[in-house]
Amino acid sequence: MSRRAEPLPPPRPDDHSYYGRPILKPPAWDWRIPAYLFAGGLSGGSTLLSVGADLTGRGRLRRRARFTAVAGLGASMYFLVSDLGKPLRFHHMLRVAKPTSPMSVGTWILSAYSPGIGLAAAAEVLPARWRLTRLLRRVARPASLSSAALAPALAGYTAVLLSQTAVPAWNTAHPYLPFVFTGSAAASSGGVAMALVPPAEAGPARAFAAVGAAAELVASRVLEHRVGMVAEAYTTGRAHTLRRWSEYLTAGGLAGTLLGRRSRVAAVVAGLALAAGSVLQRFGVFEAGVASTRDPRYVVTPQRERLAAAEVPTPR
Amino acid sequence: MNSLFGPLDDVAGDAGHVDHPPRVGFFTDTSVCIGCKACEVACKQWNGVPAAEHLDLLGMSHDNTGDLGANAWRHVAFVEQSKPVDLGMPAVDGLRWLMASDVCKHCTHAGCLDVCPTGALFRTEFGSVVVQQDICNGCGYCVSACPYGVIERRPGDGRAQKCTLCYDRLSGGLEPACAKACPTDSIQFGELDELRERAAARVETLHERGETSARLYGDDSRDGVGGNGAFFLLLDEPEVYGLPPDPVVPTRDAVRMWKFVGAAAGAFLAAAVGSFLGRR
Repeated sequence: MSRRAEPLPPPRPDDHSYYGRPILKPPAWDWRIPAYLFAGGLSGGSTLLSVGADLTGRGRLRRRARFTAVAGLGASMYFLVSDLGKPLRFHHMLRVAKPTSPMSVGTWILSAYSPGIGLAAAAEVLPARWRLTRLLRRVARPASLSSAALAPALAGYTAVLLSQTAVPAWNTAHPYLPFVFTGSAAASSGGVAMALVPPAEAGPARAFAAVGAAAELVASRVLEHRVGMVAEAYTTGRAHTLRRWSEYLTAGGLAGTLLGRRSRVAAVVAGLALAAGSVLQRFGVFEAGVASTRDPRYVVTPQRERLAAAEVPTPR
Repeated sequence: MNSLFGPLDDVAGDAGHVDHPPRVGFFTDTSVCIGCKACEVACKQWNGVPAAEHLDLLGMSHDNTGDLGANAWRHVAFVEQSKPVDLGMPAVDGLRWLMASDVCKHCTHAGCLDVCPTGALFRTEFGSVVVQQDICNGCGYCVSACPYGVIERRPGDGRAQKCTLCYDRLSGGLEPACAKACPTDSIQFGELDELRERAAARVETLHERGETSARLYGDDSRDGVGGNGAFFLLLDEPEVYGLPPDPVVPTRDAVRMWKFVGAAAGAFLAAAVGSFLGRR
């Protein structure tokens, strides 16, 4: 046993990881989950705009925002169900209500949110001569109000959905992700409404989009500065590329929203830029999470720092 | 509301079981593991766990399994270090060979169980955590909620899979297949309280024999997951074996997280209302 060992070929286990292999599993989810994050936010924001438009007598904004809300809702349902390992068992979500599971909470939020805005959109498209349509038009306002009551929760809960995991980039960002996501939802829904409605009637959509875009830009930068070494997952690789382009598009869309108030063309371009920025933001945050599960440093370093801090006695 | 964090004396009782048997688990003493992988094989045989999709030989060590996952409910890690050791365990040319059979930790506060939206994951009367395969719809949330990277969705099947602590064998009064097959008693199965006493004594013995790097992992009910139902005796830092040094159940911060969402959702609603106010 005294003979020196010949050098072994790499890779060798080091002091900080098991052959550099990941400790965590990468998320089981694919692109459909960030796509859902976007679609759900778009739907929630559009519902709020449709209700505001309804109450303030803006017919075109009301009608088109209802359509956007339902389109976002339909897309959300598709993405969520098709991403399941067993899509035909999607209704198993409805056998329990579990406050400890953000996905269970989200399922019930989505279930309670959907019927109202669905009825309101149906009231817009069904033939006026049907008795059903006349009934729907009477209930459209209270129905869409019921959805509006849940819209902020729909746009925001997805932040906890990601954060209440062991994924370092998502978990550490829990104070900031809700603001990134609701900002992103306001920017995208305001942006899409701006693109669909003539500028004269789109004032509230412009305001909502501008506030949302500004919030998203600020929250996104604050996140990068406050999450410690995990910030690397956001500021390198694919996540970085996606989030930088998100920032350019959102900032450009914000500028267009503020400057091109009277031009329909400017509104369409700016609105679509905001929506695209929101899409890229969701994919960027998702990718940052995936990257942070692949490198064990993101698990070991913060946990080691935490242990070291706990060992230092607090000075009195 | 069940307890979400911190020490918990009666996990099965907290989950609603009455007149339940005592909590059982594993004490895996890696100081006597010889890396035979009998546990991996016995587990696969008993539980019908399929082989990996591709015969995926890693080529980096004698570990060709790599990690725990949907198709590996026990995983033997092989750590090769240039450190001398004298425990009667295999050592070649001054090389220290650490072997450790990893498994689901059956946490006191299990992140996977907390986030499961279908109720497929549940706490058994033995205190273990099991996926009901007829309920799981493969949402994948548990995969990201596990701070140890244990549970995984099985490709082709779509459902989440992990160690059941041989729930079927326990119900029949048998010990889990891996513990039964372990030729050195590295994997010890039993009542958790008794295992903890045995483990503490073993650490003391090793320390007396000069192996001061011996330490327990996952035995402390004050840790971030309230202690493990399957805990370990390690001879190096946990991360060397691919284990997180200070895992915390994500549910611990759930209330705090929802408060941030409440603030952001409130701001979202206020922004929408404000966008319509003061305009004609």
